[in-house]
Amino acid sequence: MTALQEVPAQDAAAPAGVRREALYFALRNGKLLTGFGIVLTLFLLGLLGPLFLSGTGSEYGTQPMQPPSAEHWFGTTTFGQDVFTQFVYGLRTTFVVGAMGGGIAAVIAMLVGFVAGYRGGLVDEALNMFTNIVLVIPTLAVLLIINAYLGVRSVGAQALFIGLTSWPWAARAIRAQTFSLRTRDFVDLARLSGANTWKVITREIAPNMSSYLFMTFILLFGGSVLIASSLDFIGLGPTEGISLGLMLQNANQWSAMQLGMWWWFIPPGAGITAIVGSLYVANVGLDEVFNPKLRET
Amino acid sequence: MRRYFGRKLLVYGLTFFVAVTINWMIPRFMPGDPVSSMVARTGASNPAAAETMRVYYTNLFGFDQPLWKQYVNFWGALFQGDFGISIWVFPTPVTEVILGAVPYTLGLMIPSVLLSWVVGNWFGAYAARRKVLDNTLLPVGYVLTAMPYMWLAVLLAWGLGVVAGWFPVAGGYSFSMQPSWSWEFILDLLHHWVLPFASLFLVALGGWAIGMRNMIIYELESDYSNYLAALGAPQRLIRRYAFRNAVLPQITGLALQLGVLVAGALVTEIVFSYPGLGSLILKAIQNQDFFLLQGTFLFIVLGVLIANFIIDIVYVVVDPRTRAGMAGAAA
Repeated sequence: MTALQEVPAQDAAAPAGVRREALYFALRNGKLLTGFGIVLTLFLLGLLGPLFLSGTGSEYGTQPMQPPSAEHWFGTTTFGQDVFTQFVYGLRTTFVVGAMGGGIAAVIAMLVGFVAGYRGGLVDEALNMFTNIVLVIPTLAVLLIINAYLGVRSVGAQALFIGLTSWPWAARAIRAQTFSLRTRDFVDLARLSGANTWKVITREIAPNMSSYLFMTFILLFGGSVLIASSLDFIGLGPTEGISLGLMLQNANQWSAMQLGMWWWFIPPGAGITAIVGSLYVANVGLDEVFNPKLRET
Repeated sequence: MRRYFGRKLLVYGLTFFVAVTINWMIPRFMPGDPVSSMVARTGASNPAAAETMRVYYTNLFGFDQPLWKQYVNFWGALFQGDFGISIWVFPTPVTEVILGAVPYTLGLMIPSVLLSWVVGNWFGAYAARRKVLDNTLLPVGYVLTAMPYMWLAVLLAWGLGVVAGWFPVAGGYSFSMQPSWSWEFILDLLHHWVLPFASLFLVALGGWAIGMRNMIIYELESDYSNYLAALGAPQRLIRRYAFRNAVLPQITGLALQLGVLVAGALVTEIVFSYPGLGSLILKAIQNQDFFLLQGTFLFIVLGVLIANFIIDIVYVVVDPRTRAGMAGAAA
């Protein structure tokens, strides 16, 4: 009898224990802490920076082409715009595009992946075909056509279209994971006890791969940031406001390179690289936290 | 195997169909009247001349026909290789403009993609489970793969081109030269090719190295590796088997990355004003040359589909399971 009574008690303690264990390893994982540290710093800079800055970075100033100084931390552009102010506002845009584009892509990927993987059969065939088609079409080329014709020039719309086109690889990965979970005993049990598809997916399958889903979102976030910067660079970026990609485009358009104005094109690219690279590194750290096999001994 | 190729071809066929449909459909959703904006752009101040142009364009693009007929006509023109007339370099056919740019893009992409894949895989496989190498290669790999293509291109152009002066930073060849098959011209061409190639190569390299490293570690942990090790097989042999297994997902990865690689090539070309498809797209956007843009889009889709198919064939050659009809690459 004691053994039976002990089992539920252990079960109740297990999730908290797992969480505590994950936290234990998370706080000791250098990659995770460094990665998220850098992303958080840049995020706070983008979030709070504008409160301490005058202007939005698009105003023309009286001191054009100045190298970095105490007054202009990152120097000024050909038009006297303050590069640091642009950088701070650009960070905002970058995070918005990443979160929105990555978020939309993650939602679609989860819907398609879960349903295809769990249902199987014809539904799977159809969704798989659809996924493969969207997967093969080069995303940027489609976005070019859409943006050029429809004149999509707001950050939100840009993020929406990026989200709508960048989900396929994630859907495939989630489908494969779901496939391996759907025949497990606990899923069968839930189904036998009368839970419908939606409930089985949200209560049984998704929580069992939550770490995987989170890591997928991070990769989608990074991907969205990179795609958005490419679009901005080609000249299909938002017409209002500034983004890191637009800064690069402006610098290229006004020959900052030939004029030796390195302070104009180095910060925006470094910002994008720092955000995306830190996210990737943090992802490796997360993998080590959730997957004991990968932990360094 | 027939089933494998049948499925693949079906997907590619459908993809092409979808791409053409998108290409046809989106202009119809464009806000405003494309013909009137084009007429306005051509700068016909004379109302009579503008009206003649409008009739001409309407006939040319078939806006007076029912929608389904426009669609059928669109496909018909496509199969005749007719993508319309470029507005940017009026009146050159779009096909001609694009075909002039394609060699530059291919010349840039094929070597950089293949070389970065081979070298990246080699680096990754070598670094896996070798502490010192792993700790240096991994961060470098992550920084490279997180870089926007155009930024590395700008950095290289600035560092090696503008500051050091070793390489030219703009164009496919010197402006003073005419394209010809002389050694002088080919050397000049190569000189202009180095920097865009290097930046494409470097950004892609990081991703492949990281992917290969992770795959090798995964394979070295698998049962067959442990079994081989228990039998006393030399480490070299185990690694070779691990490599062979790890290459397969990397081939699939190459197919998955094609879209990103094309995008990278396009923005890199823009940085270097390299006369390929990327610069063409920029010109098309700046000049509102929608025919050119649409033509380029279809060319890119077609190119990616062909590349995908070649990778499928390679996969069948490399992985015997697909040949035996087993689900080696169930995709």
